[in-house]
Amino acid sequence: MKDTIDIRWHGRGGQGAITAAKIVAKAMFSLGYEGVAMIPTFGTERRGAPVFSSLKISRRKIYDLSPIERPDIVVVLDHVLMEEADITSGLKEGGLLVINSPCSLESYHADGRKVAVCNVTALATRAGLPAGVVNTGIIGAFARASGLAGLDLLTEVIEEEFKGRKPEANALAARLAYEHTIVGG
Amino acid sequence: MSSHIIESGNTAAALGVKLCRVQVIAAYPITPQTPLTEKLSELVDSQEMEAQYIPVESEHSALAVCIAASSTGARAFTATSANGLLYMHEQIHWAAGARLPLVMCVVNRGVGAPWTIWNDHQDSISQRDTGWIQLYVNDHQQIIDGVIKAYRLAESVMIPVMVCYDGYLLSHTHMPFEVPSQEAVDSFLPPYRPDYALDPKRPANLNTVTLPDTRVDTEGRTAHGYMEIRSLLHEDLQRAVEVYQDVEAGFRDTFGRGGEALFEHYRCEDAEYVAVALGSLSHNLRDVVDTLREAGVPAGVMSIHLYRPFPARQIASFLSPAKGVIVFEKALSYGYEGALCSDIKAALLTHARSRADLPFVHNYILGLGGREIKTSQLVEAMTASCKAGAASHDGVRWIGLKL
Amino acid sequence: MGTRTYPRKTSHSEPGPGDGGRTGSWRVARPVIDPQVCTPSRRGVPSCFICWLYCPDGVISRTVPPKIDYEYCKGCGICAEECPTKAISMVDEACFIEEGRDTT
Repeated sequence: MKDTIDIRWHGRGGQGAITAAKIVAKAMFSLGYEGVAMIPTFGTERRGAPVFSSLKISRRKIYDLSPIERPDIVVVLDHVLMEEADITSGLKEGGLLVINSPCSLESYHADGRKVAVCNVTALATRAGLPAGVVNTGIIGAFARASGLAGLDLLTEVIEEEFKGRKPEANALAARLAYEHTIVGG
Repeated sequence: MSSHIIESGNTAAALGVKLCRVQVIAAYPITPQTPLTEKLSELVDSQEMEAQYIPVESEHSALAVCIAASSTGARAFTATSANGLLYMHEQIHWAAGARLPLVMCVVNRGVGAPWTIWNDHQDSISQRDTGWIQLYVNDHQQIIDGVIKAYRLAESVMIPVMVCYDGYLLSHTHMPFEVPSQEAVDSFLPPYRPDYALDPKRPANLNTVTLPDTRVDTEGRTAHGYMEIRSLLHEDLQRAVEVYQDVEAGFRDTFGRGGEALFEHYRCEDAEYVAVALGSLSHNLRDVVDTLREAGVPAGVMSIHLYRPFPARQIASFLSPAKGVIVFEKALSYGYEGALCSDIKAALLTHARSRADLPFVHNYILGLGGREIKTSQLVEAMTASCKAGAASHDGVRWIGLKL
Repeated sequence: MGTRTYPRKTSHSEPGPGDGGRTGSWRVARPVIDPQVCTPSRRGVPSCFICWLYCPDGVISRTVPPKIDYEYCKGCGICAEECPTKAISMVDEACFIEEGRDTT
């Protein structure tokens, strides 16, 4: 496994990108990555505004808390953001782009990068979550596309994080998304 | 049992406050307040924490409530940021003069005008002359540990302590940290038992008006005047440098971590150039130092934890063998230079073994109002200073300025 | 002799006479209570005590009749001002000087 993995999460204020990143952080920490730091964009978080969060994962303690400029993985919680911001900025050659989108894999071109697409919004509703709750579903897509952490571990962390707030439905959303994620070459 | 969790810096602070069994929390809950006090109100509401939580209408009142609570012998806490801290200013002086062992977290942010909510250090640095102890911490472990140590220190010297940590960079960032067990904290920090506490059965007027000279009290003893009281505050603050080292040693014995009370240093053993900073910036500078070392530049970084009282002798003797000291600051004494830079120059002049080969001291101002700090910019600045040496540095230099 | 061994680190005062020295000598007018008009004195039961409550120096006793400690009374006149039955009058201190001499 790599020593450091930089993952940038793009979403909208209120969408839960920070919680999603936190869940992955907890899973990676339990896998022995001593250094994890989840650094939200430092803004006046307003509902609906584009936000991003930097998740740095390392075998050793993280000292640099500046935002990720050269991500290994970019996760997008809302495909419309792709039109509003330079989401793939700095994404490494051979890096991975995970998108919650109803569109087909073919509609995304990211030269030299791997793309994974999943309609998390629809699957989350099917799992019994209110419309628009995508932050647990996207973790399933992330798990499938990246292979960094097992689905069982991630759903375990999801259930713990969402204790008292529909833990089963949130875990199911992640499982459904895992099964339905289409990963490109 | 202690446990590792991944949470925000604000949660780390709140859990520290809980472990210290704080009895009174007073806070103003609106901007520039941070979720730290929200977390505390949740802990009190859910009865995980036995404390009085007193929401107030201003930061000035928040500290006034803490002053009153502490005067009755309660362990009290508040937190604020930026303009909220400045609004407390009068009470900040008062708490120190009244010798009350309060602890306050200052979540560092820039101050208006113009409005900013982002990180820099102008808020707490502007309070350095109030007579409080100021600790600057660099990560979440140091936040939770810092709060615990702060109470022990405050109650040992009867001087209030600010635990300062970077807004957003630490307050909202999630990182792993170890939460110590309640038993361990209880053994390190016994209940607060003041020598004197206000008691309704024995009414008293505290911090009454003093005259320019000493005076004889009702029992015929010569009581302090204003100047004696203020001189004792200074004496005890200076003594706090030693006391804090003992507190740190005790902390290490109990919890098995820490150990660097006054400042921490990284790759400084043979360093010819030492970067100095407060807070999380000093951790960023570790990566900068690694890069410089790879390029053959013998650099190190010093992070000052105890800023007031200023451990001038210890800092000067550590820095004086270097060729150059490069001070990176997120605050400015407008019209002169960074306050830390001035303090370091004064320390070197006073305590260095020889004045003949004092290291040069450069001062960079950066990150004001949350301006992004790139590692590459820090590398460039360090490289430029190492190359220029004593020669060409007049006044402060700005990093990331787009004028 | 310095104050280094003074047991407190700050200033404070507790209610009781003499915290500001023997302030009785500052007085130019002396409050004198007329027991025929003063409510507790007249009724012989604890009552009123407005003078005791208002005295900023705590030199009036909460007793029947109320007594004024002239050793410390500064003669501010607040008691006379506040007395609801106007039982207290401020008398020029000079009137008592002769009296003082007579007793020595």
